[in-house]
Amino acid sequence: MIQFNLNGKLQRLSVANPNSTLLDYLREIALLRGTKEGCNEGDCGACTVMVTSNAGGHARHRAVNSCILLLPQLQGKSVCTVEGVSSPEGELHPVQEQMISSHGSQCGFCTPGIIMSLVCAHLNRERDHDLALAGNLCRCTGYAPIITAADKAASQPVPEWFSETTTPELPKLPSTGNDDFFLPEDIDELADWYIENPDARLVAGATDVGLWITKKLMDLEKVCFIGAIPELSRVSGNDRELVVGASVTVEDFGRLTESTHPGMKQLIRRFGSQQVRNSATVGGNIANGSPIGDLSPALIAIGARLVLRRGHQRRWIALEDFFLDYGVQDIEPGEFVEAIRLPLAAPDLRCYKISKRFDQDISAVCGCFNITIADDLVENARIAFGGMAATPSRARTTESALTGRPWTATEVNSAGHHLATDFAPISDMRASAAYRLQIARNLLHKCYLDSSRDGISTVYNLEVAV
Amino acid sequence: MSSPTVHRAVAHDAARLHVSGRAAYVDDLEAAGRCLHLAFGLSTIARGKIVAMNLDAVKNHGGVQAVLTAADLPFANDVSPSPYPEPLLAVNEVHFLGQPVFLVVANSHRLARQATQLASIEYEEEEPLLDIDAALAANSMFADPLVYRCGDADGAMAAAAHRITGKITTGGQEHFYLEGQVAMATPTEHRGVMVQSSTQHPTEIQHKVADAIGVPMSSVRVEMRRMGGGFGGKESQGNAPACACAIAARLTGLPCRMRYDRDDDMVITGKRHDFRIYYEAGFDDQGRILAVRFVQYVRCGWSLDLSMPVADRAMLHADNAYHIPNMHISSYRLRTNTQSATAFRGFGGPQGMLGIERVLDHVSHFLDADPLCIRQRNFYPSMNSGIRHRTHYGMAVEDFVLDEIVSDLAKDACYSRRRADIRKWNRRNRYFKRGLALTPVKFGISFTLTHLNQAGALVHVYQDGSIHLNHGGTEMGQGLLIKVAQIAADAFGQPLNRVRISAADTEKIPNTSATAASSGTDLNGMAAKIACDEIVRRLKSFLAERHQVKPHNVIFRDGVFRVGTEDYAFCDTVKQAYLNRVSLSSSGHFVTPKLVWDRLKGQGRPFLYFAYGAAVTEVVIDTLTGENRVLRTDIIHDVGRSLNPAIDIGQIEGGFVQGMGWLTTEELAWDSRGMLTTHAPSTYKIPACSDRPRIFNVTLWQRGRNPENTIYRSKAVGEPPLMLANSVLLALSDAVAACGDSGTYPTLDTPATPERILTAIRRVTGEAVGSQA
Repeated sequence: MIQFNLNGKLQRLSVANPNSTLLDYLREIALLRGTKEGCNEGDCGACTVMVTSNAGGHARHRAVNSCILLLPQLQGKSVCTVEGVSSPEGELHPVQEQMISSHGSQCGFCTPGIIMSLVCAHLNRERDHDLALAGNLCRCTGYAPIITAADKAASQPVPEWFSETTTPELPKLPSTGNDDFFLPEDIDELADWYIENPDARLVAGATDVGLWITKKLMDLEKVCFIGAIPELSRVSGNDRELVVGASVTVEDFGRLTESTHPGMKQLIRRFGSQQVRNSATVGGNIANGSPIGDLSPALIAIGARLVLRRGHQRRWIALEDFFLDYGVQDIEPGEFVEAIRLPLAAPDLRCYKISKRFDQDISAVCGCFNITIADDLVENARIAFGGMAATPSRARTTESALTGRPWTATEVNSAGHHLATDFAPISDMRASAAYRLQIARNLLHKCYLDSSRDGISTVYNLEVAV
Repeated sequence: MSSPTVHRAVAHDAARLHVSGRAAYVDDLEAAGRCLHLAFGLSTIARGKIVAMNLDAVKNHGGVQAVLTAADLPFANDVSPSPYPEPLLAVNEVHFLGQPVFLVVANSHRLARQATQLASIEYEEEEPLLDIDAALAANSMFADPLVYRCGDADGAMAAAAHRITGKITTGGQEHFYLEGQVAMATPTEHRGVMVQSSTQHPTEIQHKVADAIGVPMSSVRVEMRRMGGGFGGKESQGNAPACACAIAARLTGLPCRMRYDRDDDMVITGKRHDFRIYYEAGFDDQGRILAVRFVQYVRCGWSLDLSMPVADRAMLHADNAYHIPNMHISSYRLRTNTQSATAFRGFGGPQGMLGIERVLDHVSHFLDADPLCIRQRNFYPSMNSGIRHRTHYGMAVEDFVLDEIVSDLAKDACYSRRRADIRKWNRRNRYFKRGLALTPVKFGISFTLTHLNQAGALVHVYQDGSIHLNHGGTEMGQGLLIKVAQIAADAFGQPLNRVRISAADTEKIPNTSATAASSGTDLNGMAAKIACDEIVRRLKSFLAERHQVKPHNVIFRDGVFRVGTEDYAFCDTVKQAYLNRVSLSSSGHFVTPKLVWDRLKGQGRPFLYFAYGAAVTEVVIDTLTGENRVLRTDIIHDVGRSLNPAIDIGQIEGGFVQGMGWLTTEELAWDSRGMLTTHAPSTYKIPACSDRPRIFNVTLWQRGRNPENTIYRSKAVGEPPLMLANSVLLALSDAVAACGDSGTYPTLDTPATPERILTAIRRVTGEAVGSQA
């Protein structure tokens, strides 16, 4: 049994199919058809809704894709759809008003999702609308009038009727124990149960597993939702490292590391979209073993270690050693990723992502460089790539070739040739093998060029007067 | 003129519904009672014979009500919009990977989709023809190559001082309408059916559905209130789901609905045609082009669909804005084992136009001249010059205004200064290069299939003076319905809110043409005006009779009839007319004048007029990665006298960004088996919000006025702005050219992904592609 609020009305589902998405529930059960299905895989944003959770007494509002959000993930939360944005008397929200007066809708099919992303940004007082809309595709307008609308609405206050959307405390549910899924609230409970049920599927944000349901059409039978376990969302640390719970969302991870690891900032900004980052978790991005997951190369370059837990036993493993082969990870039945331990010292980390599109694209190549220079010599080099092999991997030969050598253009170019030893990338719809190798080499060169300045230089942050 | 309704930036009629989630699309409509859901089982190979099909597991899947193959179809198995057949379900053989082979009818969308995965089909595979080279090698064509020509291309080429040759490849494009293909059919009395379909062409749906269930067209009603985007992708591609729903509804007696999952949609439906164009151009020292020869190879996919008129239009736009006295264009319509390419905004125009824009750019590079000067030097003579040159298909260009638009744009956007600045900047920057390009658009308006240039409207005035407006045009977001409502409101001098906009409905307007070819407002607006004017005429003659004056002495202005010195309000007049048994309902029918066209000879006047516009775009590229960004775009576009400036600017901005996507990030890829590997937005990248030009100035050309007698002297705006994005490609090419001093022309193909840009950079810098730097 689960319960959540939907536009202020309590929904209590005695049977919640773990394969049922919020989008299908909205359209087919609740008959709220303002929320649209555009792609059913979290890439277009037409299904965006706002989910409010109660974190330590204050409400947190997040835009998420309802097409890959599974109902049990909503336990105890509040959902606001496009139907819940206007006042009960039908008065429009400033975002809605401005979208009309700025001519921000044409066919209107993406509009409900855009309204929800912007309403959420408005409520959270976030003004970077390119960021807020990175996960909302519009095929008609070219976006300019939507941005105009968002900018105009930003200066208007949150309407009174809408600012009261904090989550009321929902009554605690009795543990029925006969559900089609397991929803533990305690880490030890999970650990014990998973040993007994190693064939179960652990689901955190469902941004990957959701597609197994919507695209592979799988009916998952034994599912454990781990989003309600406080320990897994916890962040701790000391002056040497940060310990990040596996269920910390990518969005929260980005905020957390903005000051500690600024070199990851643009990479995380380009990770999926806000909707995806709000659901996706650090642990999930690692545990699914994708060769092109964007966090892993950065974390490997930093020297992150995973905390793997099985029952009451824990082991620690360097992240690069976790990935054995395509889709194969070093993880035992009943074992799960509990946390990531992230060294704080990576002041020269630089991460580059190459893809066809700036926002919400999968990397053709993601190159992360953590190279320490002392007295013009390379003291230490950790270089990791995504998209270059069957797993996110270190460029070990290249690292060796650089280490101890002068940090000069000639040396760097010469070391770059070793990338062809480190990697034999494939050709696919994202890029050819030759381009991938060329880019890997050029990114090392770019890292060298950028090492004389702060951050990275790309066409996206280049300041030119036109 | 100060009409309170036309020429005003009125919001889209459904804007308030859009933003509150209350605008209903086909899949949002409630079925009348229990409803069944459909899904297609798709071919898993690109070409071969079906040897055996075992669908037992499909039939036994929970919730499945029926499974149909071609053999089970009661009547026509054909969803083709052309005379060339295109089966709804494959008959004995399959022609592309993704072709519908069987149809599942089930209790839910998910159950139907799941069931489709359980089929066991044995094929005898044949080698598929996947690309242009394979089709050419196998001589796989839909028709003999078509040739359009003017002058003596051979002679002029031989005599020219300079010659260049080259090749440009343009990629296809997925429509990516946010709302996928969807239809619902509900059985009605006397074996009829009511179809709600997301379609640009209700009459085509009606026609194909009638054939599919063996009834006359009069037994099929098709209704279309709004689409969630169309872009040409719903001109013919909606036939299959609509026919499937109608067949299943007839079979089961229940409402049936079908929506393609996005991945299925991308795998099944047609896309923009990809082209390979070879060119040869002869020109003089000043860059005046004397002769051009084009060979256009068009990948049409497995069925004919609309490929003939698409390929024709590419030939018709091979001159764009330039008068080229000697031209020879041959066009090959190649049949391949891939999705059947279909209509897409521009309809072949963009590809044809890009061919000549490439030639102009290449010529300028050859002469080391400013491409803008070379372009201007080759323009058709100005409308005001009194000189009329003919196009290569014999149509006199009488309305040419690009000379004025381009000079306005070059001035407003500081073209010359920026070109100099960029040159300086590029000298100082080794790793980043900027590029600038100004390109014009001249786009012919009218369907090239002449009989399609007609439209109908139906207008009722009720006794309270409220107005019901209906016409054959469909709304896909382009603002057609609000524009026509503005026209009707103005015709009656009534406020806009007195006009009730209604769904396109084949029971109200028969024999409609697709809402396509940018013609929606030109045709339907004029038809509506004719209908409104007829009612006004009757009201005038009613008043004339009542007051014993001549009808022409009854003046109607701003909603008031004046007879002598007396004024009669519209509503009062309507009421009186009703009481005196005057008909207050009228249809209107409009036919585009002046069109004469022989498509085989390539001679005549296929278009009523041309729409014009120009764009100047500045980009920056990263020479280490090929990444790029549009920094600024300035556009001046001619919509004649704009019916609704807000809607028109929206079309221009949206069309430009869509064109930019086609030329940059949107890349379709097929694997060696013919599987489309970019079948979802995860792998197929349309422009996102942050891709729009950082600075984006769009203006309507203020002096615009259509010399032809179109509705309020406006011009069509749907397709032409897409081709303004040619400036993006050529600005990228300009930036690439700045990387080298070897004199090598970049020959940048599309889509210009970071990879293609990097490859072009290596070409101009003389590094062999793929070599170790």
